[in-house]
Amino acid sequence: MNATPDRFTLAARTLHWLMAVMIVAMLFIGVGMVATVSARHEWLLAIHKPLGIAILLLAVIRLAVRLRHPPPPLPADLPALQKLAALASHWLLYFLMLAMPLIGWAMLSAGGYPVMLGDSLRLPPIFPTSPVAFAVLRHLHTAFAMLLFLTFLAHMGAALYHGLIRRDGVFASMLPAASPRVDGDGEEVDADNAGRLSAAPQDD
Amino acid sequence: MHDPTPPNTPPRRIGAWSLIIGIVVIVAIAFGYVGGWLAPHRLTPKKLVNQLQHDAGTFAGYRRNHAKGVCVVGHFDSSGQAQTYSVAQVFAPGQRTPVVGRFAIPSGNPYAPDSSVPIRSMALRFALANGQQWRTGMNSMPVFPVATPQAFYAQLQAKQPDPVTGKPDPAKIAAFFAAHPETAAFRAWAKTARPSASFATESYWSLNAFVFVDAAGRRQPVRWRMVPEASDAGVARTPGGADYLAADLTERLARGPQRWQLQVTLANPGDPTNDATKTWPDDRRTIDAGTLVLERSAPQASGPCRDINYDPLVLPAGIEASDDPLLPARSAAYADSYLRRTSEEAHLPGTTAPKPETSR
Repeated sequence: MNATPDRFTLAARTLHWLMAVMIVAMLFIGVGMVATVSARHEWLLAIHKPLGIAILLLAVIRLAVRLRHPPPPLPADLPALQKLAALASHWLLYFLMLAMPLIGWAMLSAGGYPVMLGDSLRLPPIFPTSPVAFAVLRHLHTAFAMLLFLTFLAHMGAALYHGLIRRDGVFASMLPAASPRVDGDGEEVDADNAGRLSAAPQDD
Repeated sequence: MHDPTPPNTPPRRIGAWSLIIGIVVIVAIAFGYVGGWLAPHRLTPKKLVNQLQHDAGTFAGYRRNHAKGVCVVGHFDSSGQAQTYSVAQVFAPGQRTPVVGRFAIPSGNPYAPDSSVPIRSMALRFALANGQQWRTGMNSMPVFPVATPQAFYAQLQAKQPDPVTGKPDPAKIAAFFAAHPETAAFRAWAKTARPSASFATESYWSLNAFVFVDAAGRRQPVRWRMVPEASDAGVARTPGGADYLAADLTERLARGPQRWQLQVTLANPGDPTNDATKTWPDDRRTIDAGTLVLERSAPQASGPCRDINYDPLVLPAGIEASDDPLLPARSAAYADSYLRRTSEEAHLPGTTAPKPETSR
């Protein structure tokens, strides 16, 4: 699998889709819980904190996987600006998925709150108590959440653009190797399937 | 099977682009709806706190409600009696837990005269030895006027001062009470309630129900109140000036610690836990969980309670929220108020810096 240059490793793909679900859910939970006075505020908050720490742990593992296994190269004919946008947005996503949980944790610490992940599981504070730091970190948490959501939208839009418009195998590189024909020239088969997976039906 | 890139005929490109744009727009709209930007009718914490500011004015750096108060410091000595019902460490026999508290009066105006309302409040933060915390905000009346955040919001709207007279419109308040018969018990209490001369002689009720959880995981709905040892309210000197409560407290504490008994009332099955307008019948079992001992006070501008958000849903293992809809609303609104005043404290852009004050 590692030898296939046009597809992310199994670990990378698994982490990508697992974390995609978690992060998108987290963004909706986050904006939802602060915009209601109903009981949703409580149970969303109860999910938000442990889910955030889970994302932090997975993000650390994911960063290690990414540094160990460089991703498949982007198509040679991709305009330089799009290549730059892809690279920059990916590192922005890595930065935000690491920074957001840390900011949330630091923010609660600065606000003097016990950082409870459940009824009795408590994390130690990672920032001294300070109302000024709390306010700055709390606003940063929201601003970065908005930036993360916009980056996610751009990322999703770009992935669909690669899959539906360019059909250059970039989208397929994050999909499972769904080929039943794994014998013989696996690389060719994969590339082939990648092309087909990302293409709309051929007959109009 | 090795097809070259299929021809991207214009109709297909338009279809694909529409699909991509459509998906992105739908996700963005869903986000906007969940986040409240596209749901203008939803009651949000921001709306509640804005309404508090409409009613009382905006005072940078202060809490948006119960703005006028004083810090207190002491401890809680557990009797051990509540341990049967709750595993919270604060209730372990002989356990002493440090407390940072705050007495206050309602209203978002930090300059309101102490005699302007008959209600006083006591907020406490118990710092448990295991690092968990128990925060509670109690009021000196046994029932709350309303049962839901929506009704509370309607009450705040009814109390908003008329722009012409600068005072609340009595007709609007009357209309609110007429439309909210659940306020009857509170109004009956308010009819005879007089502003007390001291924080120290008041009882403070949790109002909302909570749930104690024991070592076996059994859940017991409860309410609690702090019952004062001091009972000389009747003989207290006639209050003078607008700020007699803090002075009285300082004076009493100079003579010695002030004490309250924490009385926990256990609900019977079927007692309402989601309605703060209703008391439970008098015959419900009450246990004495321990003694609150307050030793010193400090101005809220510089005291240790200043930066504490007395969010009633900061709870230790062994105490949980009930299904009372006011609890999540309090938690959410307090968080919003806390962010506003800490942002002002931090002099963040778009906020008004707090004025230097001697008593805050």
